[in-house]
Amino acid sequence: MSSETALAAERRARGLAPFLRSQMRNIAPFLTLIFLSAFFAFASPSFATLDNLGNILTQVSVTGIIAVGLTFVILCAEIDLSIASIANVTGIAVAYFTLQESYVNIANIPLPGAVAIILSILLCALLGLVNALGLTMIGIPSFIMTLAMMQIAAGISALLVRGQIAYKVPSLITTLGSGSIGGIPWIVIVAAIMLLGGHLVLTYTRFGRYVYMVGGNREAAEYSGLNVKLILGSVMVISAVCSGIGGMLGVAHFGSAQQNEFDTYLLDSIAAVVVGGTSLFGGRGGIGNTIVGLFVLGVLNNGLDHVNIDSFLKILIRGLILLAALVINVYAQRLREKAAE
Amino acid sequence: MPEVRSPILELQGITKSFGGVEALRGVDFALHPGEIHGLVGENGAGKSTLMKIIAGVHSEFSGRFLIDGQETHFRSARDAHAAGIAMVHQELSVAPDLTVAENVFLGNQPTNALGLVQWRRMAREAGEQLARFGIDVDPMSRLGDLPIGLQQLIEIARVLFSGARIVILDEPTSALSPPEVERLFATLRRLREEGTAIVFISHFIEDILRVSDIVTVFRNGRKVAETASAATSKGALIEAMIGRGGEALEHSYTDDLMLPRPSDSQVVLKVDQLSLSRSLKDITFEARAGEVLGIYGFMGCGQQELSRILFGKLKPDSGTLAVDGTPKTFASTAAARRAGVALVPESRRDMLFHQEPVYKNISISILDRISSLLLKPAQERDIAQRQVEQLQIRPPVVGLDLGMLSGGNQQKVALAKWLTYPPKLLVLCEPTRGMDVGAKNDVINIVRDLRAKGLAIIVLSTEPETVLSLADRILVLKRGALVREFSNEPVSKDRLLEAA
Repeated sequence: MSSETALAAERRARGLAPFLRSQMRNIAPFLTLIFLSAFFAFASPSFATLDNLGNILTQVSVTGIIAVGLTFVILCAEIDLSIASIANVTGIAVAYFTLQESYVNIANIPLPGAVAIILSILLCALLGLVNALGLTMIGIPSFIMTLAMMQIAAGISALLVRGQIAYKVPSLITTLGSGSIGGIPWIVIVAAIMLLGGHLVLTYTRFGRYVYMVGGNREAAEYSGLNVKLILGSVMVISAVCSGIGGMLGVAHFGSAQQNEFDTYLLDSIAAVVVGGTSLFGGRGGIGNTIVGLFVLGVLNNGLDHVNIDSFLKILIRGLILLAALVINVYAQRLREKAAE
Repeated sequence: MPEVRSPILELQGITKSFGGVEALRGVDFALHPGEIHGLVGENGAGKSTLMKIIAGVHSEFSGRFLIDGQETHFRSARDAHAAGIAMVHQELSVAPDLTVAENVFLGNQPTNALGLVQWRRMAREAGEQLARFGIDVDPMSRLGDLPIGLQQLIEIARVLFSGARIVILDEPTSALSPPEVERLFATLRRLREEGTAIVFISHFIEDILRVSDIVTVFRNGRKVAETASAATSKGALIEAMIGRGGEALEHSYTDDLMLPRPSDSQVVLKVDQLSLSRSLKDITFEARAGEVLGIYGFMGCGQQELSRILFGKLKPDSGTLAVDGTPKTFASTAAARRAGVALVPESRRDMLFHQEPVYKNISISILDRISSLLLKPAQERDIAQRQVEQLQIRPPVVGLDLGMLSGGNQQKVALAKWLTYPPKLLVLCEPTRGMDVGAKNDVINIVRDLRAKGLAIIVLSTEPETVLSLADRILVLKRGALVREFSNEPVSKDRLLEAA
């Protein structure tokens, strides 16, 4: 009897169709990417060039840095809506602590570059910690907690710059944000290193395993004696720090620090993670998915510029693509559950 | 009051099977207006199945079903409702976020000509109805803010006052305090005077004897006795419920089982005066190394809450815990695990990761012992493979997703996760529920092995067999309080039932 069930289980495990179904969330985004790339390559001769690949990479870098932390959060079946605001306030803070040109009318506190960077990172970590405490100690759902934090961070930004624009950031940040080495922009390298780091942590460390397990079944994680609150709190801090780094490099990349500079990055980062196939219900996906998602978004944004489309229509198209990705995301979860039955 | 009136409900030769297993075999049942009819029987004896047939939940069965002498066939619960049959299910089914009044009128709120809800009228009428029941609450307060017992009473009140001619109450008293039980009984008696027919199912045989006119006993899908309450006793009913001699299935525990002398080994867990709102009252006991302590009680007696407190998932209102003599207040389940406490809850869904492979399920609780920063998957698989072989988990493939294993094998995985580095105290909730005989025996042997290794083990169960087959010492938990300890004395299923 037992060998029979073993055989049946093996057969189910080895069958090709169930395997493909269970891998739907990885396959679908990849097919989308190939399809979009092929379409734009066909539609525009300027799309499929090495130069343009460099453009795409640079364009998705800031989103990529922010999305690393967000991937951790979404893997835990939580959400962080304060990422763009925290990126903004951190970028503004690092400029606030840097000596500005005399025509910049901000009552700032110039400090040595290293100190400015450390203070800024502490600031975003602190904001992440407030998110973490609200979520785990008080029990505010992350959706609402981070919505409040979005306002708080925007408020701090407003108080720091008071409608003005700052331009100078520490030289290290300037280099990493807008410099390049051997023709490769530093910001692309930083994004690649952070994505790789996120991948290594999620795949090869104990903490990474805990993130997946808490996302997969939070109740079971608690009954297994994991400190679920500590893990959830940690991912909120990780998300805030990644956003902060993205914000600092972003300010250098754009050449200025001002209010509402990162507003589009909230949607872009969430879209990158979800379009890539990381499950909104937690426990499935990873940085690999996020990278595919980043490319889908990057190719889409960049490609639409190449094919001469009504720029107002572009917004709608992006929305529709995001909706399609969400449908696939939820559908893939269901297929997977069915395959596991 | 001798009944000469014709029955309002009559069932003849009812047979019902689920997938080839007969849950009811040729049952006759009659219910008269103005009668409170008690039903007793063990879990799975067929009481609930019969009631679900009456309430229209199960529509496929064979046999005759008559209401007011007319042959009837309900196709849904809606049909039964229309015929004046209402049921209060064992699990609370209220809307905690709505007001008391909305709950009382759930589904038929009074509306005006425009279809708008008449709030003032609804509140007034709900208040009047509840007052008849002796419940004095603001009808506009949120139901979820009230104590569980009161919520249950309000749910019962809703059904009792819905105008139904036949009311079925499934375990209505499990969450009620003694005065609340009194109020319920007074109301039932009043409704009886008004001619309502009431079916009352309960594990609490004293309650059945006190309130009902007639008692019917079920065993293994058959009706085995029907007597006037005044003419029977608790002992006689228990005997009828569990049966003596011939009919017993595999191994019955009706014969006395001699419990060993209490062990004098080291005390691993000391619980002192533990209380939790309405669930637990002044619980005090000890668990010793190399001993299996059984805690028996009916559903809702507070076992679940007790097990959660021991594992740091719930915080008690008062009282203390000490592990190995050190007082503990667990801030999280992680703290309890580090202190050497392990829990296997009654629901496998709650403690396993169905979409993850078996080895990750087994290693999750010991990851911090085998890796500080980086994972060691090879070692994880080795450890899992050893557990899988030792516990004979089938199929023995640690890379398979857990969801592909059978229920019994999943239960073994739930145990396996605690066994590589055995805890000091292992708390098992319903360790053999829903298992076939083979898997049950496997689990019993595993637990005995662990006891031999010197673990303190607590087994909490609502099934007397489970406790009897495993425990060296048995505590009986009744409505949140420990009422009896069996130790160094003969014990049997009827003695346990008697105590609970």
